[in-house]
Amino acid sequence: MLELIVISTLNGVLFGMLLFLLSSGLTVIFSMMGVLNFAHASFYMLGAFFGYQLTKWIGFWPALVLAPLLVGAVGMAVERYGLRNTHKHGHVAELLLTFGLAFAIEEIVSMIWGKSPVDYRVPTALDFPAFTVFSTNYPAYKIFMLAVSVAIFVALLIALKRTRVGLIVQAALTYPSMVGHLGHNVGRVFMLVFGVGSALAGLAGVIAGPSLVTQSDMAAFLGPILFVVIVFGGLGSLPGAFIASLLIGLIQTFAVALNGSLASVFGPLDPNLGPSVLTDVWNVTIAQIAPILPYVLLVLILIVRPMGLLGTRET
Amino acid sequence: MSEVTAAHEVKERSEGRVLFYATWLIAAIALILLPLIFSSGGSLTSFSLIGIAIIFALSYNILLGQTGLLSFGHAVHYGLGGFLAVHVMNAVANHDWPIPLPFIPLAGGIGGLAFAILVGWVMTKRAGTAFAMISLGIGELVASSSLILRSVFGGESGITTDRTALPHMFGWTFGPQRQVYYLIAFWVMVSAIAMYALTRTPLGRICNAVRDNPERVEFIGYDPHVVRYFAYGFAGFFAGVAGGLTAINFEIANAAYLGATQSGLVLFAAFIGGTAYFFGPILGAILVTYLQLGLTNVTTVWQLYFGIIFIGIVMFAPGGIARLLMMHRPLIRAGSWLSVIPSYLVAALPTLALALGVILAIETVAHYTTTGSEGNVINLVGIPFNATAPTTWLAAAVLVIGGFLIARITWRRVVEAWDRAAGVARDRGYLA
Repeated sequence: MLELIVISTLNGVLFGMLLFLLSSGLTVIFSMMGVLNFAHASFYMLGAFFGYQLTKWIGFWPALVLAPLLVGAVGMAVERYGLRNTHKHGHVAELLLTFGLAFAIEEIVSMIWGKSPVDYRVPTALDFPAFTVFSTNYPAYKIFMLAVSVAIFVALLIALKRTRVGLIVQAALTYPSMVGHLGHNVGRVFMLVFGVGSALAGLAGVIAGPSLVTQSDMAAFLGPILFVVIVFGGLGSLPGAFIASLLIGLIQTFAVALNGSLASVFGPLDPNLGPSVLTDVWNVTIAQIAPILPYVLLVLILIVRPMGLLGTRET
Repeated sequence: MSEVTAAHEVKERSEGRVLFYATWLIAAIALILLPLIFSSGGSLTSFSLIGIAIIFALSYNILLGQTGLLSFGHAVHYGLGGFLAVHVMNAVANHDWPIPLPFIPLAGGIGGLAFAILVGWVMTKRAGTAFAMISLGIGELVASSSLILRSVFGGESGITTDRTALPHMFGWTFGPQRQVYYLIAFWVMVSAIAMYALTRTPLGRICNAVRDNPERVEFIGYDPHVVRYFAYGFAGFFAGVAGGLTAINFEIANAAYLGATQSGLVLFAAFIGGTAYFFGPILGAILVTYLQLGLTNVTTVWQLYFGIIFIGIVMFAPGGIARLLMMHRPLIRAGSWLSVIPSYLVAALPTLALALGVILAIETVAHYTTTGSEGNVINLVGIPFNATAPTTWLAAAVLVIGGFLIARITWRRVVEAWDRAAGVARDRGYLA
């Protein structure tokens, strides 16, 4: 039991940090531009596939740097040529543009790399057990993933709180027109932030790809969870996104690891009852309901606190 | 002067009323005559699917077009309506209840409505982006839960039924597709009239006000939350009707009905058609269903074309096809529309070249990555291309880049010609 708790906590924090790499970019983009980027998870997927392809050509370490940069460039192009032109039609049009992009990117990826998972492996330099807890070998690659996400988290914090660019970004979050009046090129700041956000999503993809499955439906799988994270944390709140990321990461990891059901606690139902909703609910294991837990959380927070955990604004 | 304009207005209004009823009558006659003209099994199936898509897209537009609620989970109501319809059909057949098949879509509607009543109150608290995200979350929740509750949703395979086992009506067994088509056509007509009537009621009007300015609606004493809740309920009901018809048409309901793909398709249909006009989603539903049925036979990457068409509409014509058509109305009335046509014809050529280039590029890449299964030769509008030949790649690049550059210039000319024609229309008083 203790073993399960330790391993699941490690995995949960890891998944949570990965979620935060994505949700941080999404949240900052949302609070600055008012655009919820539906294609954010698609950038994550692009990162994984670019990482896979570049690893095949030039090795993992150059790919780790190049692939996020490429994704960032794609993101900047989307902002410059797509969103900026759509802005005059309102937020719904912008949201729909990113929705269409997410759809198109998934199709393009499955067209080029196919629908089945690609063979994106952990680099040999990191393919060894880092340490052993209660007879379970914990892979070094997961520690590496954790280290990268924590490093990015710290770097992001310093960049936002301690540098001049971070100051402008923070100012543009609340008063974009005032920042423009002060002589800063708000358009370029937006493009930069969008690029950095996409690059972070790409980086998450590159490092998560070998550990999770790199497949053309990975964006469709992760995207909704990502939106749950930022609605749960409070739209536009970075600390909220952090807490929600960790929470959902931990909940999902623990749920997958647990195998209990109502039947295993209270004993099986009378078999004469026959199949019904009750038997379905009675026999389902916690691991089986793991995929729906984030959405249950979403409904709960909407009933209890509609603005999200640390959110301050209504929309 | 004022008398003249008043008389003019009265005449125009009565003309408009005649035209209005004529349109509905023509639509009804067209629905009756269609299977007599195109009587093959394939076209009957297509018409049935298009009819269902029309109801579904119109119900979606109650949310998006009329109330300004962008939903990413509308298929939930469609799917739950379908499941309830299947269960009711099986129950009717098992217990010999005297409920004939044509009433089953009502059960679907009640299924969609019940779920809308259940979740709608929490969901419609907020509009805008928050509503969009919540609808996505609820959609995923229901889609994932449907795989767990096997006894209700039948797991991966779904639940089947037999539409001919129900009591017959007017001697119709509803076995043949033609009879099912007429059943669907009847419900299309009824639902379309009901949804149009809804837009003319005070509730429909206040929905538009909530879409445009919720704050002012509060000032005049309405609660936008309640208005959104009502709109959500109506949308859920008609989506459920569409789901019930689908269940009758296919005699099965499965988890795919509830999924994100279905929600995405209805959004595409409504938006491509145009959400600002009542008939927009009808156009969109016809086009999207027709493309879906047509393209699946021709290309493996038909969904990518959908995505590209959708992105193109969002970026260049956010009013959809309906707005593009209606833009011309004042010009036609003023008689200045002929002056725009030449610029259209000039612009059409490079635009077509661009489209062909994009299609060639996509098909080349698609075949290049899946070589082995079908060989390297692509057949595009009757001309064979070799997917591995550099000339093919070059041709695609030239078409895309050249087409784009020339199209940009010609479209600028279209805008100029358009402005001149609109100026004439404005002078003659047909355009504000």
